[in-house]
Amino acid sequence: MSPRWSFKPGSFEPGSFKPGDFKKDEKRSSAEMTEMDTRHAAQDKELEEALRNFRMSVHAWSDAAMSSPRTVIAATRASVWRAAAGWALGCVLVAGIVTGGVFQHQRAEEQQQAAEQSRRIQEQVAAHTNEDSDTLLAHVDSDVSRQVPAAMDPLASLVGGTE
Amino acid sequence: MTMASAETIAAEEFARVAATYRAQIYRYLLSTTRDVDLAETLTQECLLKAHRNWAGFRGESSALTWLMRIAINVLKDHWRNRRMQFWRQTRTNAVDADEASDWLPSQESSPEQQLLARERVGDVWRAVEKLSGRQRTVFLLRYVEEMEISEIAAATALSDGTVKAHLSRALGRVRTELGGKR
Repeated sequence: MSPRWSFKPGSFEPGSFKPGDFKKDEKRSSAEMTEMDTRHAAQDKELEEALRNFRMSVHAWSDAAMSSPRTVIAATRASVWRAAAGWALGCVLVAGIVTGGVFQHQRAEEQQQAAEQSRRIQEQVAAHTNEDSDTLLAHVDSDVSRQVPAAMDPLASLVGGTE
Repeated sequence: MTMASAETIAAEEFARVAATYRAQIYRYLLSTTRDVDLAETLTQECLLKAHRNWAGFRGESSALTWLMRIAINVLKDHWRNRRMQFWRQTRTNAVDADEASDWLPSQESSPEQQLLARERVGDVWRAVEKLSGRQRTVFLLRYVEEMEISEIAAATALSDGTVKAHLSRALGRVRTELGGKR
């Protein structure tokens, strides 16, 4: 099958020319032009040949690869191993999460119990302290208190004696 | 025509199209990835997508152009996913340029000429390696699949002018690569 693409020596290729190239070409001698054309022709021929070989090699490779039997054993093993590793990692993660959760829960319960206990102790201590202070105040009252005359008593007796 | 018979006809039609163009799709994906297994996987993926969307194919372009467009998108998705999953160690079977150029069919020429031709094909592979994604796509569709500019434009969703520009740059690179070896 002949290729659909072709290269003509000196043919226009988009992007390969720069502004001013045509002016330069005018100045060039005919000998230079002929030499350049020959060089371009050789390059294009070589490029054409290389691209044709490239296409043929890709076609041959593709045909050979398509007709050869597929080997999927390695891929299966790899996928099984990967799946097993994935499952193992997943199990470890789940176990870690569950253990962590249980540990956290137990710790929280213990802390709650300790807090409850310390609260009770504080309440008891506070109750004892209140009782003691009441008794002490009663003692103080009874010990230091004495009958004192009322503040207006002397004046009242004077007023009563005058009448 | 009943619904079931219409579906059967569509399925048969798709099977015929898939059988006709499978090799071309595979070849394009192989030349882009240089990985036999990956090309096979992506070809399957492309045909699966095409099968799912077969009812939506209106025939505005040729079936090959339509399939090629799907293949290009499948390939884009693949590279994007690989970039996103950089943490995942992916096994690649991609061969290098020298190995890829070994597939030159032996013609009636001297061993020296064959060696030279193989070297030149290797140079073209190396030039293709250096091309940007779009340039590579356009170059391979043109010079391996021998598609017309308008077909390439339809497959890549680019204008004819853009395709020509990419093609020109790609050809320039190949020419430079070949010229540099001289």
